[in-house]
Amino acid sequence: MLDAKPAAKPVKTLVEVRGLKMYFPIHTGLLRAHTGDVKAVDDVSFDILEGETLGLVGESGCGKSTCGRALIRLYDITSGSVKIDGTEIGHADQTRLRKMRPTMQMVFQDPQASLNPRMTVADIISEPLSEHTTLSKTDKLKRIYELMDAVGLNRRFANRYPHEFSGGQRQRIGIARALALNPKFIVCDEPIAALDVSIQAQVVNLLEQLQDEFGLTYLFISHDLSMVRHIADRIAVMYLGKMVELGPRDPVYDSPLHPYTEALLSAVPEPDPSLEKTRERIILKGDVPSPANPPKGCNFCTRCPKVMDICRQIEPEFREAEPGRFVACHLYDQNNKTTAGATGGTEADNEHFQQGETK
Amino acid sequence: MSATAPNDVGMAPSGSMMRATLRFLSNRAAVMGLVIFLPILLAICTYSLWWPYGPNAIDLSALNQGPSMTHWLGSDGVGRDVFARLLQGGRTSLTVAVVSVVISTALGFLVGALAAFGGRFVDGTLMRLVDLAMTLPPVIFLLVLASIAGTGLFPTIMVIALLSWPVLSRMVRARLMELRERDFVVAARGMGAGIRHLLLRHGLPNCMDIIVVFATLQIANAVLLEAGLSFLGLGIPPPEASWGNMLNSARSSVVLEQYPWQWMFPGAALVLTVLAINFIGDGLRDAFDPRSDLN
Repeated sequence: MLDAKPAAKPVKTLVEVRGLKMYFPIHTGLLRAHTGDVKAVDDVSFDILEGETLGLVGESGCGKSTCGRALIRLYDITSGSVKIDGTEIGHADQTRLRKMRPTMQMVFQDPQASLNPRMTVADIISEPLSEHTTLSKTDKLKRIYELMDAVGLNRRFANRYPHEFSGGQRQRIGIARALALNPKFIVCDEPIAALDVSIQAQVVNLLEQLQDEFGLTYLFISHDLSMVRHIADRIAVMYLGKMVELGPRDPVYDSPLHPYTEALLSAVPEPDPSLEKTRERIILKGDVPSPANPPKGCNFCTRCPKVMDICRQIEPEFREAEPGRFVACHLYDQNNKTTAGATGGTEADNEHFQQGETK
Repeated sequence: MSATAPNDVGMAPSGSMMRATLRFLSNRAAVMGLVIFLPILLAICTYSLWWPYGPNAIDLSALNQGPSMTHWLGSDGVGRDVFARLLQGGRTSLTVAVVSVVISTALGFLVGALAAFGGRFVDGTLMRLVDLAMTLPPVIFLLVLASIAGTGLFPTIMVIALLSWPVLSRMVRARLMELRERDFVVAARGMGAGIRHLLLRHGLPNCMDIIVVFATLQIANAVLLEAGLSFLGLGIPPPEASWGNMLNSARSSVVLEQYPWQWMFPGAALVLTVLAINFIGDGLRDAFDPRSDLN
């Protein structure tokens, strides 16, 4: 199953994201003056090909979930363009958006919180059906049973309530709901983070099986790097609202380009004890700067072990460093390769108050 | 899996209504409340068909008589049958209570929903209005409203309804604001659900506990408020019977000491009804919550 996807198939871009920005305004004072923005997602561009799984990783608070939610317009995005299946939805109005809703769905992190405790499983799964289709009662029930079969839930549970299920089963209900309208694109927002390890594998396998069966495209958000390595075809790494690296799975894991990716991957535990002893961890100094007040230049310059002078001045462009591999780092600028050096002094630059003008 | 026919759902206790009913019936206090309340309700609704005396019919041969075979619960100072007045009073009091509670619950929920979903400005305006309504001393507010609206059944209902919705709207607003950020509401929005769907499918069922508790407490409260208003001469004007009116006769120490049946029975009816409604309310709240049948 690993290499079942034939490379020869013409690949279409399903999701096209250009310059996506999602700022949350900060209001202060009695008059609630607009004094700044939390730049949760700041100028992110990438494509997701049809049928692939893009793994989106990064530490807590780097904007992964916001990015995923902004993609399917659960937020009103600040600027940028999101095209799904050729239709621009970035700034579409509610009526146009509603027509696009069946194409894109979401699976949530906490299966307990994402299911209404007062609705039965059948009600929950049929909710999108009642919103978007005019099926008769029997047809709807048939579809509900189909979906329950697809995600491996016993049909007899249709009239039960979410609290009567285990976490893994609840997640299956959430997946069935996401599948109800035959979507093409599903944002999986840490779908396994709230589950037991043994259940995680079941749910991930289910997601993979459904992908093969229905030709789904996933954006798989997670901070479990080993799980992402298992499921994703390509990996995108985010840091402080920006995408720092994007590339095919194996090259990214084997030879990460960006220093942040390198540090992140060095934190993955190694199951083999003899290898684990020799594993070198890159421990980053300092804390993640506030997304309301990101550093000048490269966002990672305050913690980067390979920081250069230029990093504190100019923001690196997100560009293709090797075929199919994108990175936002001055180390890979053609003309700046020689200016390495000037490391250290990470603490000195941790405070940034000159970020007055925000837009 | 494919062998199982769709109709094999029958295995599980089918239907959410069915299960809610079962939950309600398994609650002993709630069933007892129902056993007390239903006969009272039945008697109140049908008494004119089987009880020979009208509530305002005067029997001059029986002034201030104690309970007897002819007048089961005795008669009052002008020879009116206490039993007939008790049941007619129940009609009035329960009508006032139920209708005013329905109005104030609907109003409270709508205002709360509007505040929670209407944006910052609407929220601010409505909540200041609620603050205002809540800070006014209730008795004075009641008197002002009642003196504008006048006396009678309908004005009394309106006065009581208008006095009681702010508390509910506050609670509903708080609950909906919490729900608004919950993942299942986000999921519903992600399906393109409109505000009506969000409110009716997600908001209302998850506010049910608040609403039921409010409604049952408010029914008791409304009966008492009506009694208080009638006492002040602003509610249901005599000779029309209501439980409040009848209780007021105990103002006179002669009645209080020598003719206890004239106030004790309406008092007892009030206590029993309110108690039964509270039990039923508790049962309903649990019945609406699918998580409560874990025991």
